[in-house]
Amino acid sequence: MKLKSKPFGEIEIENPVIIEIKEGIIGFEAKKKYVLLDSKEESVFKWLQSTDDPDLAFIVISPEVFHYNYKPEISEKDLNSIGIENLKEAICLAIVVVPEDPSRMSANLQAPIIINPKNLLAKQVISTNPQYMVRHYILDEMQDSIFRQEKVANRNKENIS
Amino acid sequence: MLVLARKRDQSIMIGDEVEVVIVDIHGDQVKLGINAPRHIAVHRREVYEEVQKENIMAAKIKTKEVSKLDLLLKNKLSKEK
Repeated sequence: MKLKSKPFGEIEIENPVIIEIKEGIIGFEAKKKYVLLDSKEESVFKWLQSTDDPDLAFIVISPEVFHYNYKPEISEKDLNSIGIENLKEAICLAIVVVPEDPSRMSANLQAPIIINPKNLLAKQVISTNPQYMVRHYILDEMQDSIFRQEKVANRNKENIS
Repeated sequence: MLVLARKRDQSIMIGDEVEVVIVDIHGDQVKLGINAPRHIAVHRREVYEEVQKENIMAAKIKTKEVSKLDLLLKNKLSKEK
């Protein structure tokens, strides 16, 4: 399949995995079909490219990359709408905003995109936990996340010894 | 629109599943407690607008190379060590 993409121009995809966001991304409700594109180099970021509109693409990141123990609370209705019972069955991605100063890039942890890998249905859902906001600064939180991971690792070490 | 007057600790029922309790009243702010089953999502109205605004900003992305962003992450990591 030939696809016009925002980051790479026209590209050829052999076995396109088309994700269907029935209700669209909030603010872009008319566009329902997307593909996930990898960058040429290894990256923690991916592109969520609309197949309906070459100019519509989002940078997405897995929240675990920078945020320790991400556990959004999502309503049963939202989970069921993509055919899952439990969030563990879904792939969770956060949309990234890159401002003029890219070191202030942020990710939306309040409204992740959840994808059911079995039927490729997806939805942008809103979590009800108060600690997740629309703007989490990735570089700042990564620092905190590493610190906390190390703390847990050290605690486990102490428990073993 | 139905308008009801309620006092602190009083509540209203929406259908037979959703209860809205007036938890506290302080000046021009009202604290509401909501008892609803898990399949019903409860959000502040502004949340949708905030998400929409954030999505529109995300879609304005000019960068085509995420490698720059990866580099920022890597630099941050190496500084920590």
